[in-house]
Amino acid sequence: MQVRLNGELREIPEGVTVGGLLGHLGVKAQRVAVEVNDTVVTKDRYESQRIGPGDSIEIVAFVGGG
Amino acid sequence: MDTWSIGKHTFTSRLLVGTGKYPDFSTMQRALVASGAEVVTVAVRRLDLSKTGEASLLQWIPKGMKLLPNTAACFTADEAIRTARLGRELEMGDLVKLEVIGDRRTLFPDVEGLVEAAKVLVKEGFTVLPYTNDDPVTAKKLEDAGCAAVMPLGAPIGSGLGIRNPYNLRIIMETVKVPVLVDAGVGTASDAAVAMELGAVAVLMNTAIAEARDPVLMAEAMRAGVEAGRKAHLAGRIPTKLHASASSPMTGLIGT
Repeated sequence: MQVRLNGELREIPEGVTVGGLLGHLGVKAQRVAVEVNDTVVTKDRYESQRIGPGDSIEIVAFVGGG
Repeated sequence: MDTWSIGKHTFTSRLLVGTGKYPDFSTMQRALVASGAEVVTVAVRRLDLSKTGEASLLQWIPKGMKLLPNTAACFTADEAIRTARLGRELEMGDLVKLEVIGDRRTLFPDVEGLVEAAKVLVKEGFTVLPYTNDDPVTAKKLEDAGCAAVMPLGAPIGSGLGIRNPYNLRIIMETVKVPVLVDAGVGTASDAAVAMELGAVAVLMNTAIAEARDPVLMAEAMRAGVEAGRKAHLAGRIPTKLHASASSPMTGLIGT
């Protein structure tokens, strides 16, 4: 299914959970925060919350800043 | 012990430092240690999904330093609120350095958006530290909105122009009861000392250290500047006078 991931259209496995998507992308869950359709997904919901077609997903991390 | 507090957090160091613009992570780490800072600012950005295996910033921040996520480069209250929520999810803490920027060239704050975002985040339980203009009226509005501190700029971010409006900073310090931190504009150690002499509770800086020729040595200088300014503030400077006041006795001179 197609989703918008960090601003870009991308194919991801059908019916995947947030945790499943991070695994699919090779991203360590403890290093990132995730937003689905403008709402933060807390870590305790990574395995229960499923991503749907057309969802907009943001995966962010800390970078240097002032 | 000369400590200061924001919300439930108490600190000894009065120098807060950023983590941007360093030539490399190793230099940053040595500068952070040299600065003696207990609080370091970090930004929240999209993860580069093509480089997920790379070293992360956090591995280079010394253990025990408190992270202060910022909302830098947010131009609306909504963007800042979303970024703050993501920062909280990453850090699992309550502190946020709130920035709502109104102009790309000067990076001056959009004070309407800032107050609006502050109100929302305070309600959500954040300890909000807003980066603001050197405007006492806005500072009061931010205090009334429930911010835990106010952080007026000394000069535009990264400009190194120093403390451009010491009088407004003094009026802000008279006007609000929450801690006043000078954030941005510092160029060198004497600027940091001036901010502290004026009565700032602490100083936050990034570029002045990160882009110095020797960031580690500048971090040491800033630490000393902040400490010197703080001590001078506590000691109470003499009033300025137009004419001289001799330091040596004017009596007992030879040949008279």
